[in-house]
Amino acid sequence: MSFLNNVITGVSLGSIYAIIALGYTMVYGIAKMLNFAHGDVIMVGAYMCFFAVGSFSLPPAAGVLLAVAVCTVLGIAIERLAYKPLRSAPSLAVLITAIGVSYLLQNSAQLLWGADTKTFRPLVEGSLVLVPGQLSISYVAVLSIVCCVVVMITLTLFTGQTKLGKAMRACSEDKAAAQLMGIDVNATISMTFAIGSALAAIAGVLMCSAYPVLSPTTGSMPGIRAFTAAVFGGIGSVPGALLGGILLGVIETFAKAYISTDLSDAVVFAVLIVVLLVKPAGLMGKYVPEKV
Amino acid sequence: MKKKNLAALLMAGAMCMSLLAGCSAKDESSQPSASQPAGQENQNGGVVTIKVGGIGPTTGNNAQYGTATQWGAEIAVEEINALGGPIKFDFKYEDDTGAADTAVAAYNSLKDWAKDAPLVIYGCTTTTPCVAVAAETYSDRYFQLTPSASSPDVTANKDNTFQMCFTDPGQGSAAAEYLKSSGLGTKIGVIYNNGDAYSTGIADAFIAHAKEIGLDVVATSTYPEDTTTDYTVQLNACKDAGADLVFLPIYYTPASLILAQAKQMNYAPIFFGGDGMDGMLDMDGFDKSLAEGLLLMTPFNASGTDERTKTFVETYQAAHGILPNQFAADGYDCMYAIYEACCQIDGIADMDHAQLCDALIALFTGGDFSVDGLTGTGMKWLTTGEISKAPVVVKVENGGYVTQ
Repeated sequence: MSFLNNVITGVSLGSIYAIIALGYTMVYGIAKMLNFAHGDVIMVGAYMCFFAVGSFSLPPAAGVLLAVAVCTVLGIAIERLAYKPLRSAPSLAVLITAIGVSYLLQNSAQLLWGADTKTFRPLVEGSLVLVPGQLSISYVAVLSIVCCVVVMITLTLFTGQTKLGKAMRACSEDKAAAQLMGIDVNATISMTFAIGSALAAIAGVLMCSAYPVLSPTTGSMPGIRAFTAAVFGGIGSVPGALLGGILLGVIETFAKAYISTDLSDAVVFAVLIVVLLVKPAGLMGKYVPEKV
Repeated sequence: MKKKNLAALLMAGAMCMSLLAGCSAKDESSQPSASQPAGQENQNGGVVTIKVGGIGPTTGNNAQYGTATQWGAEIAVEEINALGGPIKFDFKYEDDTGAADTAVAAYNSLKDWAKDAPLVIYGCTTTTPCVAVAAETYSDRYFQLTPSASSPDVTANKDNTFQMCFTDPGQGSAAAEYLKSSGLGTKIGVIYNNGDAYSTGIADAFIAHAKEIGLDVVATSTYPEDTTTDYTVQLNACKDAGADLVFLPIYYTPASLILAQAKQMNYAPIFFGGDGMDGMLDMDGFDKSLAEGLLLMTPFNASGTDERTKTFVETYQAAHGILPNQFAADGYDCMYAIYEACCQIDGIADMDHAQLCDALIALFTGGDFSVDGLTGTGMKWLTTGEISKAPVVVKVENGGYVTQ
């Protein structure tokens, strides 16, 4: 039973990682940059929902919508103000800017909302009892898994079937050629940031519902884990983010339960290293040799 | 150690005498002329101003602790300055963001601020910066009293550093003693953060002392950092071992998650925590029913009924809108400890910081000096710098503390 419990914990944690990882992977796929501020967008989303539900007593659904709206705008704004001017700059400059934006968000949150930890009220409470006294699954875990599946299916259909989705894939393959084909590359990149940030808001609310503490640094660790998940699954690949996220969540939980609570991170990253040694592009990534 | 102190005291005394002699001679000659700077005129029963420089995090992850120690001390300083006693305080607080290097920079700027006036260092709030600053104050000879840095490293091998709070090992053994005498919990589980000196310090001493006095510790489980969010594995370890009491020598943020997750898995042992638990009830949005029945060792109970606590709580709440926690109370007591000690020192007006430091050390370690405050009565200090006061255990009932 405890094995099944661990599987459930791992998969639900992994689903949240997967949703965050999507943001990394999509932005990387299209803009070829690592958006390190992504984790902090999660935190902003969670704060929005916290204030909407806690201070203005809006219904939870409205809180989520507000979080999604604010994060979408924030994502587009970050892209416009910080990354767009550096479109042709060396990738290191963009990377440093991303780290700077991350710190800016964290410290602004601290100034605005204080350093003290807030307790987040979960969107849904209670749990579904499968075997009384032994096996139960919390509604938040169910919600996380369902959200993750819905998001995956929607995104796959979006990138595969719609015109905008096809434009995204075209930009990802060759920006210059896409532009020649009449695709507005800048608008497509903005849209990618908007989608990624909206997903970050959802992930933030889910994460804080599962683990109800919220502080300005809440987003940074999950952000790094999800980035790892994205690399693990193959950065740039949407199904890869799903696979990487869930595997990471399960490995982390199992390492905690069966190896050591202190070494869980070490185990997770050791697995990552082994995978990258065998498959340098990640589990589902395409290995593109560098042309010299 | 004692011998050295005595020698220092004698020397300080001798220096004071000579300074006094020098000063009064000068005084006579220049009596009618300009007024003298404050802090230099006590010959005629005037008021002496002592500069107190506080250091603690007012920004960063530990900001809530630093601001509490700052605000608590400020209330005491206002009261003391309104008393009209022989000593007044000039108080300044510097932010160290919880980092050792920033704390040392803050200390240096406080030294610049004090110039030649006698300065006492109040802080730091957290252990790591405090150890760094204590090394500096030790060699520079400034007296240092920390409200809340609880590691024994803070005072180790330094005669000038004193603590207002319990040391971590002291708290761990006191917790074990309390469980033994109260008979709560026959099987004990421990969950602690083994990446944190505070948590490890208490847990190690607790486990060692529990073994000595025959308590049954059935499960020990750790987690690596306070940003950890999932504690079901650790709770399961305690549950599977049949623990009916879980000792949590950790801070309140992870503890609030542990309480929530224990409830989710229908595990309801008695939870018992250290002073790091204090503050949980004030967390924004925290469901207080989760903490119902929680026991914690804290030296300060904001719902205490004695007059001094009531006044302090009212003033604090009026000024800052929240209830003071033990960090604030420890800070308040620090100011009174320094004040009462300074009142007992003869010739304080002509001392520089090093002489004041030696005089305060002699007083604090002399054995006769004791202070009554919000966090204890008859508080005394050992020669190691460690405080000696009775531990208090409170239980959370109806969203407030009830002293056990």
